[in-house]
Amino acid sequence: MAHLQVADEQYIFRPETRNKLFILLGVGVALFVLGLILAMRSGGHHEEAGHGEGHGMIKTENLVASTEKAAAGDQEEHHAAAAEAGEGHHTKGWKERLFSSLWMNNVFFTGLGIIGLFFVAIQYAAQAGWSAGVLRVPLAMGNWIPIAGILMIVLYFTTGHDIFHWTHHDLYDANSAEYDPLINKKAPFFFWPGHAGGFPIFYIFRMVLFFSMWYWFFTMIKKNMLAEDLENSTSYWYKNRVISTWFLIFFAVSSSIAAWDWVMSIDTHWFSTMFGWYVFASWWVTGLATITLICAFLKDAGYLKVVNSNHLHDLGKFVFAFSIFWTYIWFGQFLLIYYANIPEETVYFIERMTTSPYSWIFYATLILNFVLPFLLLMTRDAKRQLSTLKLVCPIVIVGHWFDFFQMVTPGVMQQNGGLGFLEIGLALVFLAVFLLVALSNLAKVPLVGKNHPMLQESLNHHI
Amino acid sequence: MDVNKNFLVGVFEDEDVLLAAVKKVRSGGVKIHEVYSPFPVHGLDEALGYKRTRLPIAAFLFGLTGTTLALTMQIWMLGYDWPMIIGGKNFVSLPPFIPVTFEMTVLLSALGMVATFMIVSDMKPYGSPRQFDLRSTEDKHVMAIDTDANGGKSKDEISRLLKEAGASEVNTKSFE
Repeated sequence: MAHLQVADEQYIFRPETRNKLFILLGVGVALFVLGLILAMRSGGHHEEAGHGEGHGMIKTENLVASTEKAAAGDQEEHHAAAAEAGEGHHTKGWKERLFSSLWMNNVFFTGLGIIGLFFVAIQYAAQAGWSAGVLRVPLAMGNWIPIAGILMIVLYFTTGHDIFHWTHHDLYDANSAEYDPLINKKAPFFFWPGHAGGFPIFYIFRMVLFFSMWYWFFTMIKKNMLAEDLENSTSYWYKNRVISTWFLIFFAVSSSIAAWDWVMSIDTHWFSTMFGWYVFASWWVTGLATITLICAFLKDAGYLKVVNSNHLHDLGKFVFAFSIFWTYIWFGQFLLIYYANIPEETVYFIERMTTSPYSWIFYATLILNFVLPFLLLMTRDAKRQLSTLKLVCPIVIVGHWFDFFQMVTPGVMQQNGGLGFLEIGLALVFLAVFLLVALSNLAKVPLVGKNHPMLQESLNHHI
Repeated sequence: MDVNKNFLVGVFEDEDVLLAAVKKVRSGGVKIHEVYSPFPVHGLDEALGYKRTRLPIAAFLFGLTGTTLALTMQIWMLGYDWPMIIGGKNFVSLPPFIPVTFEMTVLLSALGMVATFMIVSDMKPYGSPRQFDLRSTEDKHVMAIDTDANGGKSKDEISRLLKEAGASEVNTKSFE
């Protein structure tokens, strides 16, 4: 193998790029404000529309009512009355819609940040050589972790009751009309060691622990990678391999629990043992598509000379394979619930498959996240060309944004959920800020770790 | 056909010598029949000027056959030939058919690929694969040149070219 020389590369975050992102941010804010005004004005009307949605909605109502009746035991009359009124517990208006959209976007973009770190850790733990040239891109995405963490905690305290049904203290009071024995049994998961219905100590502790540990692992790995640039020594690679291994063990547990905490607990009665992997699979393939897309745009701008079609091929294979993996997990969850046909489980899918506006999104996610990437990325040539990657990666990213929309919104909004300017605007705001953070951090460090011990292997990579 | 196929077989000790020899022989205007090596040699395919394999296309078509076969089979069996109520579902309902469909797709795709590869590489049952030099499975690289296909050049010329390119021995081999 030929020993190849690598020129130092530095990404320059040009004012033009920055301006484009600010325009994106501006468009996002404008759409968001427009959407918010529309949502506020049509608040009352929307609920009426909700009542007349048709059979699907009524079916859901009945199912919710029946499970709640069973759960509440002697409180049957109250719940039946509530179900007849057409609302579960609260009237859902623009405020819930705003909160649910904020929460959903933050969970989605948290994934992009943490997957950046996860990708780097995987490469070190697997002693992978091919990826040595692209590692700085996922590393830059990891800079989103602390911001996501702060947003998550702030949003929890701002939106609490409106998103998480389990935060209502009445649910845990046996003398209350709202008493719910099923949720009461789950109380220690949120409130330990405090009393049920009080401050969710265990829940907040986990949130803080996960983000601070992820951030700590991120800073350690980043520190070693940057130290390696200054000193040509393999010791940093060995250190990072050890840190990465510990991170992966921690992430295996924390990503699952994070998924239960931040997403599954919204539908408090419902549970799925696959949910942790499901959220992880969605995060992971979105993160891979984002890494690939950023690499593709950097290549277009003349950067990343060390990355050629062989490396793109590997990234494309990742996106292809994990699109199938997501589908496998999705189907694994769906088939069991479909077959067992237990009301408290099927309610989750019936709500998403038969009520507006979730119904079309439900089927659209399968096309966007499985059919299109599967067919478009199947051939070798498709994975090796920038043009096809730049087509498929946005499809996957948008598809999984819809996937997270489906996970969060129906649980918060029931049949009053909406997908309009508000949601799209907010997603654009998050996207613009995420890219501003990731790209400005990418510009602060050399684009290629020139002393990475595997760099020669990466340059000679040939598949 | 009782016409013998005649080959010149160059034996090489080292993969770098082999790689250079392939380029030299080809640029000398000699068509190489095939090269056998005990382990994969990087860059050999490009040096020999091989086109990429079309096996993935075969795999896709076999897979598609599997998908179609599995779906047709299940819809016909459970929907028309012997309808049964299972778990209160419709006779023809897609979700429970997916696992079988997936397995059939993978099975036919995999077996089809193996069969195609075997047939194309002359390893089919009752076939007689040509063995130019058994040492190519151990520690020697072997380059076979069809002398009939290189009518423009004499055996001696080709033999000299192989020796110049670094072959440790040059043998002749004929197949019926």
